[in-house]
Amino acid sequence: MDQFIQQIINGISLGSIYALIALGYTMVYGIIKLINFAHCDVYMLGAYIGYYCMTFLHLGVVPSLLIAMILCTLLGVLIEKIAYKPLRNATRIAVLITAIGVSLFLEYGTMYFVSPQVRTFPPHIVKSMSAGIKLGNINLTFMQLMIVSVTVLLMVLLQLTVKRTRIGKAMRAVSLDVDAAELMGINVDTTISFTFALGSALAGAAGVLVGLYYNSINPLMGLLPGLKAFVAAVFGGIGIIPGAMIGGYFIGMVETFVAGYGYSMYRDAVVFAILILILIVKPAGLLGRNVREKV
Amino acid sequence: MVKQLNKKALIKPLALLVTFFIVQLLIQFNIINYYYQDILATICINIILAVSLNLITGFTGQFSLGHAGFMSIGAYACALTIQRVPTVYGFIAGVILGAMLAAFAGLLVGLPTLRLKGDYLAIATLGLSEIIRVMFINLDSITNGAAGLYLQYRFVNWFWLFVLTVMTVVLISNFVKSSHGRACISIREDEIAAEAVGINTTKYKVMAFMIGSFFAGVAGAVYASYFYFIEPNLFGFSKSIDILVVVVLGGLGSLSGSILAAAVLALISSFLQSFAAIRMVLYAVLLILIMLFRPGGLMGSRELSVAMLVELRKEAIAWLKAMPAKVLSAVRSITKGTGKHGGDKSASKGRFEG
Repeated sequence: MDQFIQQIINGISLGSIYALIALGYTMVYGIIKLINFAHCDVYMLGAYIGYYCMTFLHLGVVPSLLIAMILCTLLGVLIEKIAYKPLRNATRIAVLITAIGVSLFLEYGTMYFVSPQVRTFPPHIVKSMSAGIKLGNINLTFMQLMIVSVTVLLMVLLQLTVKRTRIGKAMRAVSLDVDAAELMGINVDTTISFTFALGSALAGAAGVLVGLYYNSINPLMGLLPGLKAFVAAVFGGIGIIPGAMIGGYFIGMVETFVAGYGYSMYRDAVVFAILILILIVKPAGLLGRNVREKV
Repeated sequence: MVKQLNKKALIKPLALLVTFFIVQLLIQFNIINYYYQDILATICINIILAVSLNLITGFTGQFSLGHAGFMSIGAYACALTIQRVPTVYGFIAGVILGAMLAAFAGLLVGLPTLRLKGDYLAIATLGLSEIIRVMFINLDSITNGAAGLYLQYRFVNWFWLFVLTVMTVVLISNFVKSSHGRACISIREDEIAAEAVGINTTKYKVMAFMIGSFFAGVAGAVYASYFYFIEPNLFGFSKSIDILVVVVLGGLGSLSGSILAAAVLALISSFLQSFAAIRMVLYAVLLILIMLFRPGGLMGSRELSVAMLVELRKEAIAWLKAMPAKVLSAVRSITKGTGKHGGDKSASKGRFEG
């Protein structure tokens, strides 16, 4: 029973991270129908920015988190402007290949500049974060508390932005119908950039949190979590914000339980098997509705 | 007229034979040493992989990111066969077995997933190749897990490389030119229209996927036998990307483009071997630039011929003349935000929309 509760706690922590990353995928997909492969590298760079802030600037966790989020926001907007915007009218496969190109560029560019070696965060910060509350055999660390609270806070902020602000309204309009939105006087380019900015900020936050949680970062760390977060987004119904949250927590739980009960070698395979099952059984995802094909 | 046709039909086989013997002689006199032989093998394997992926992605328009997974099936099947039967016959059996198993995997995978469109298919195939990789890592007793398999004998020489590469290219190019191939191309151009004129789109998509996987299996078998050593991580996501880069660079829907690009990229990467990070950065920049300026790949969907070279020269001159204006407008659209946006509607009318 203790182990079960412990697994749930671990699962929620991991799921929070996946949910944060999945939100970025789902918003971008909702608005321009693109799997932004570069998203997972924004997350990786977030981890590196956090690392440099803590190691060389000796900042605390919260300031580092904020700096990483701001810089990742800028990076996300920059990527959109340089790589994706000239391709607004191109075929989807062309944009997808560009996204893979941007992703490779960020990964190996980072590898070139900071070397592929694995890095760890300053020990005193890691130590203070991994302390925590012990209830019998159940361990709840500050890190896990922080991951969950930061995630919930960011999700609430995101929901408020999307539902209550003008730009949020514009985002919803553009994702519904680009041409109509433009005819109503919405600046589509600004809206798309804003979407990238929001998603990248969340990814940056996730990067710092994961870096601290596992205390090891490297230039290719984004690849697998990125794919899994995408699976989470698809699970919940891509383009749907609450769907990404549900999907993130679900995938996090599944992965933790598979690993926790002795099949850790198979956990990646299980996640992808879930993806394929969903795609076959309910391609629109848990919360998605099937759209009929029109000629 | 008939005589002329016969002559023309003879040129290609003759040219191939001459190439074969020249290279064979160069190897015999050690002008092509072991180092260059390795590059030659890499080129041939890459050609098989790129041409087979081109059938799936370039001709049929189904975006697959899991080609390395099928390659690994062929590689492991062949390696395990050779370990049990260490003769040339074992190698031949291994190639056939590997290719068949890869094609079978392609069928299993293709039937459910090819109902998916475009980017969903890409992610599903990526997930599948990851599953295959994890399976190979975990089937310790058979595949020796993450440590990989060593082979003691090499049965692949220039003869086999040449025969298998030429066979792949000829078979796929004949397939593309057949009525089946035209059905595949029609699916790429417009799936709904193809269905409306009575083409069984699922059948042809699965067919293309199976043939592509078959030859990916062949490439894997050749790889295992030539390079002695295979491990599951050789066939990860980055291998699939490597193959995709070749196909995109050469042109989606151009077999000769794939062949050229496979050769050029193999040479580039062997020069940049000690700078792995730079090589990948270069690949990345290449991908982005090609998509920004020539979304159909360098050759588009055209094949190499004399007429094409003449046309290409004209086009290159025109392109160079238009270049300054193009760069200007690209820069302007980035900085000012005057680019036209069509969003999902116009984007989904693309050539490759599944």
